[in-house]
Amino acid sequence: MNTAIASVGLGPYLFVSAALLVLGVFGIFLNRKNIIVLLMSMELILLSANLNLVAFSSAHGDLSGQVMVLFVLTIAAAEAAIGLAIVTVYFRNRGSIQVEDVTMMKG
Amino acid sequence: MMAQLVFYVFAAVLLLSACMVISARNPVHAVLFLILGFFNAAGLFLVAGAEFLAMLLVIVYVGAVAVLFLFVVMMLDIDFSRMREGFQRYAPLGLCIGGVLLGELVMAFSNWRMAPAGVTTPLAVDPGLTNTAALGTVIYTHYVLLFQACGLVLLVAMIGAIVLTLRDTATGRRQNIGRQHARTREETLELVNLPLGENVFEQGGFLRPKGSYYEIAVPGSYGAGEPEKTETEEKGA
Repeated sequence: MNTAIASVGLGPYLFVSAALLVLGVFGIFLNRKNIIVLLMSMELILLSANLNLVAFSSAHGDLSGQVMVLFVLTIAAAEAAIGLAIVTVYFRNRGSIQVEDVTMMKG
Repeated sequence: MMAQLVFYVFAAVLLLSACMVISARNPVHAVLFLILGFFNAAGLFLVAGAEFLAMLLVIVYVGAVAVLFLFVVMMLDIDFSRMREGFQRYAPLGLCIGGVLLGELVMAFSNWRMAPAGVTTPLAVDPGLTNTAALGTVIYTHYVLLFQACGLVLLVAMIGAIVLTLRDTATGRRQNIGRQHARTREETLELVNLPLGENVFEQGGFLRPKGSYYEIAVPGSYGAGEPEKTETEEKGA
């Protein structure tokens, strides 16, 4: 365990991460209509997962957690790029990004 | 003591900016608060000793992803006031679910103990290495396949984003291999005998021969001075 996280402890990290996760989930409920803020809430959730992984990685002295953070970052970047591309195409076709308008595929 | 102070400052600003992200009226402000949150998360990573990931978070997230968000928010002309409808309607449900989730997480964290040492075997890394070098030795040995899979994911994301947003425009100068191979010397090159002292533009200029190029060219792609084309001419070409 490195010295800085030893003085802070693992608990505060886990609490901050849990609060960030809850804020992300709350944001998804709060901004049901704005898909861009929905994507941002998802980024917050992924960030909380990253924080957990980094905290455990440094508490255990095992670098695998940080490697996993690297992969989560990659997936998050890909998700943001594809999601925003879909938003752009949807806006071009429909002139709005209302989440509730996306019912064209409904049978 | 110093590390604790830094940790709590970063954590407080991170949580506050996360609150602002989900509650800001203007999405541009939400993106800016998201950037602030990423900076503070990078600070938390630094306190935890993950220097490389902290810098990666700043470069990749603040430099690319958050700016992408900002770009899209500003590019799309959206009536954001309509988006706020239903804000109050879903807030109680969200509060309920968020509260239950937080309660469960706090319960889990308060009754949680680390397993005794020796259960897991951490990867052996030379302790003299810096964080970046140690991460590199782990990634390029144990996780090389996952690393390449990440590259594949990024490639797919890049191609997907391009395919999704690419628009076919009439003025696109796309390469047409068949047409390019079917060209002959006569329709690409024209030899003009210039009388002495005459302007070359009266002979058609130094551009490609008009009779050949304009008929097969994509309409509107040849710059100014193109003769008006009629529908029949286009069909004939």
